[in-house]
Amino acid sequence: MADVAIKTKKRPKNLDIWTIRLPLPGVLSIIHRLTGAGLFLLLPVFLWLFERSLATPESFAEVKALGDHLVIRLILLGFIWFYIQHFLAGLRYLLIDLHKGVDLEGARFSTKVVFAASTTLMLVIGAFIL
Amino acid sequence: MIKRKLVGAHYGFGDWLLQRGTALVMALYATLILVIMAIVQPSTYLEWRGIFDNRIMAFLTFIYLVALFWHAWIGVRDIWLDYVKNTGVRLLLLLATLAVTIGYTGWAVQILWRV
Repeated sequence: MADVAIKTKKRPKNLDIWTIRLPLPGVLSIIHRLTGAGLFLLLPVFLWLFERSLATPESFAEVKALGDHLVIRLILLGFIWFYIQHFLAGLRYLLIDLHKGVDLEGARFSTKVVFAASTTLMLVIGAFIL
Repeated sequence: MIKRKLVGAHYGFGDWLLQRGTALVMALYATLILVIMAIVQPSTYLEWRGIFDNRIMAFLTFIYLVALFWHAWIGVRDIWLDYVKNTGVRLLLLLATLAVTIGYTGWAVQILWRV
């Protein structure tokens, strides 16, 4: 009986993602996925830079000289933001796994803390790099 | 007749746990490397290389990178499973991701120990 009821019941559905208002922890969640994907795509670039920086004194100097370009420093800052954002949001997920901040208020608050912390760190590092 | 459980509860628990474990390993290494950078403050090639020429540091960096690749594999795999519905394309993307992450592991060995 229960199965029949579920099948025939017409529930209101809204799967149009542009009309769904995503709550703040949801925004953090999708940013976590996007930054993760971005970091994965940047992996070969950073492995290559790491390799070059360790290979020879000349290649080390080449990697170091890349920092002379403002554009490269901006890209680096973008990468650092991705890393910090993914890192801090990840710590929040670890805390949630430990049942810390699982309630609605706690989840909203910790999301704000993550965004505030990542933005502050970015501004500090940005001032240092640029 | 063999009854094998393919889906249901506990399916994927191992990966879930690995995603947390590798995250923790990376967080610990990040703390360590920040402390080392603050102490050494490398500016020359020799100072920079000296950090990773240390056998313990090379080993720990390798552990970090393996954790990173594993973490990336699980994360990217989840993205493909969520959004790519075509079986053939999905299989291709999964295999490509796995191949790349295994390749990166070999590359990491080469970088750290210059085989």
